[in-house]
Amino acid sequence: MRTSISRSMFAGSIAAVLGLALAVGGAFAAKYDPGASDKEIKIGHTNPYSGPASAYGSIGKAIAAYWQMVNDKGGINGRKITFITLDDGYSPPKTVEQVRKLVEQEQVLLVFQPLGTPSNTAIQKYMNVKKVPQLFVATGATKWGDYKKFPWTMGWQPSYQSEAKAYAAYLLKHHPNAKVGILYQNDDYGKDYLHGFREGLGDKASRMIVKELSYEVTDPTVDSQIVELKASGADVFFNVATPKFAAQAIRKAHEIGWRPLQLLNNVSANINNVLKPAGLDAAKGVITTAYLKDVADPQWHDDADFKEWKAWMEKYNPGVSLNDGNYVYGYAVAYTMHQVLKQAGDELTRENIMRQAANLKNLEVPMLLPGVRVNTSPTDYRPIESVRLARFDGEKYVLFGDVIGE
Amino acid sequence: MNTLLKSEAVAAGLPARAAPRERRWPLIGLAALLAAACLLPFFISNYRTFQFTLVLVNAIALLGINILTGYNGQISLGHGAFYALGAYTTAILIDQLGVPYWLTVPIAGAVCLVAGFLFGLPALRLHGLYLALATLALGVATPQLLKYKGIEEYTGGVQGIVILKPEAPFGLPLNPDQRLYFFSLTIMVLLFALARNLLRGRVGRAIVAIRDHPIAADAMGINSAMYKSLTFGVSAMYTGIAGALAAIAVQFVAPDSFAIGLSFAFLFGSVIGGIYSISGALYGALFLQFVPHLSEGISKAAPQAIFGVFLILFMFVMPAGIAGFVRLVSARAALRRRAGAQPAKGG
Repeated sequence: MRTSISRSMFAGSIAAVLGLALAVGGAFAAKYDPGASDKEIKIGHTNPYSGPASAYGSIGKAIAAYWQMVNDKGGINGRKITFITLDDGYSPPKTVEQVRKLVEQEQVLLVFQPLGTPSNTAIQKYMNVKKVPQLFVATGATKWGDYKKFPWTMGWQPSYQSEAKAYAAYLLKHHPNAKVGILYQNDDYGKDYLHGFREGLGDKASRMIVKELSYEVTDPTVDSQIVELKASGADVFFNVATPKFAAQAIRKAHEIGWRPLQLLNNVSANINNVLKPAGLDAAKGVITTAYLKDVADPQWHDDADFKEWKAWMEKYNPGVSLNDGNYVYGYAVAYTMHQVLKQAGDELTRENIMRQAANLKNLEVPMLLPGVRVNTSPTDYRPIESVRLARFDGEKYVLFGDVIGE
Repeated sequence: MNTLLKSEAVAAGLPARAAPRERRWPLIGLAALLAAACLLPFFISNYRTFQFTLVLVNAIALLGINILTGYNGQISLGHGAFYALGAYTTAILIDQLGVPYWLTVPIAGAVCLVAGFLFGLPALRLHGLYLALATLALGVATPQLLKYKGIEEYTGGVQGIVILKPEAPFGLPLNPDQRLYFFSLTIMVLLFALARNLLRGRVGRAIVAIRDHPIAADAMGINSAMYKSLTFGVSAMYTGIAGALAAIAVQFVAPDSFAIGLSFAFLFGSVIGGIYSISGALYGALFLQFVPHLSEGISKAAPQAIFGVFLILFMFVMPAGIAGFVRLVSARAALRRRAGAQPAKGG
């Protein structure tokens, strides 16, 4: 109660300052909400450092290392970043508790990159009632762009549905008579893909999709599903699985002599984690979509952004494998946040942060594929909407076709 | 708690009839504790109030485990399932039927009582580790059952259910966090009093007798089957009510909130707090709430490993749980007081 009073007083004082500033003709001083001052900007973050999704913990480490670099270079507009990252164990009630700690106790300016669809759903209403930015959430679910209902929440990466639509568009154009067999994970992520794919195929969906099979995250293998998909007579295999299962599926299909056209969701596009365990030979010809550069792919190794990224890895993340894709993701998403804070200048209010987050025009983010840019507006809360198709040639991905999406 | 202190006194070789003045102490302590609990939210931030609400909620869940595992000797590794059932009952009642939140809690308790009783019936044939495995299966299956397509319309599937914040009862001048705290506190006090009355009477002796010597209990004419199923039901009811309160406090339920780790956490909390006691549930809840924060503060790289170290340390230092440790310390203090008082009387 006390905080809400002080906030409304604060808002009042902001309005007063604004009025005064306008009166004297734009000569205004810096403006701050909780978490910002002349010296620092406090950013809150939750991540699963423990629990079932702890593999994503390295994203949090990557982001922390990014801010370390920013601070070493003098901060943003003279202010240092204080990055407070807390463990939520991928448990939604824990996320609620930790985010309340960040907002009410640590008094952060904004919450950046909380990870997981259920975790973000759990805090979304709270963030919007409190009017604290919930920026660039780490989930590909489609619902993170609802600027009308949740003006304080914004996604970042391409949504699962828009990715699935890219595959559907490709099939409709090049293989209109395909018979598609789908393997998907039985949760929101799998169903989002399925939904987008069906929507993308439109009225042809029921004719083209001959089999849909699901698996649970806790299943040991997906072998029986692959055998069943082969028996269905499908000649296109849409692989909507997380890395371990995606690799199993590609390997099993190869073993039983099933040679469909394989569409592999971006979640599992990683060469080292998925295609190598599956067998590079078995993975040859796999088509995926991408928006980030795969660091295992030698074609990027001479790019300026790759070299900078590599130098950052060596200096700030010593001992970490250069093949960990989470460090590419964390770097790129932190760069986007960095840009928003730069744009916000000396007006470090929560409102202005959202205004700037919704004002990214053709932003080129390092480690994104050529042609993939970040674009937002007050009515577009989906920063990355474009992807590119790529085919695995047995060694690396070869991009083909144009950028799909806006 | 009174009985436990008395039995500890007996164990410590003291006369069964303690001096009236000594018997009054625990009561005064309890009243002071309750008064402190009532004043607490006015001195701490809303965030801390929310944390203490979760402590109260967890204490209820742990008491459910203590009754079942501590007093009755049935091991459950799947109480997260009843917690989830209670939480979902509340969430669906609020979300779909617009039932007022306070009314959903007894309903959730009743649903879990019946579910626990029914699960207890077949589980009767299983003893010790076999029962632990059967309940483990229940706990593991819970998130997937919640995602089941056929009930998605009600459960919201993998997306879960977001619930609205409850309104103030009778227009009390409390903020939402304080309201929920006092609501949870009231229910916790009621349930603790109920547990105490249940466990210290005839029923409680029967429950403990079944744990200590099932054959002797049968010979004494105790209907083991009925008692065991009922204990399972009551225990599930406690955990289910805790789930319902947690759903109201967190305002969100989803299958990922009820992973198997939750059931394990309940068992840890019970054992650390003192599984053969009622007060232990409260100690265990405090442990579950605050120790993970402590271990996270020590290391982000391996918070679970640090938590594990804390678990082992606690078990080494306090093998009978925190409640057992407290009892030991207070019994020793009583002994010393008595030893000090005796010569004075003689002289």
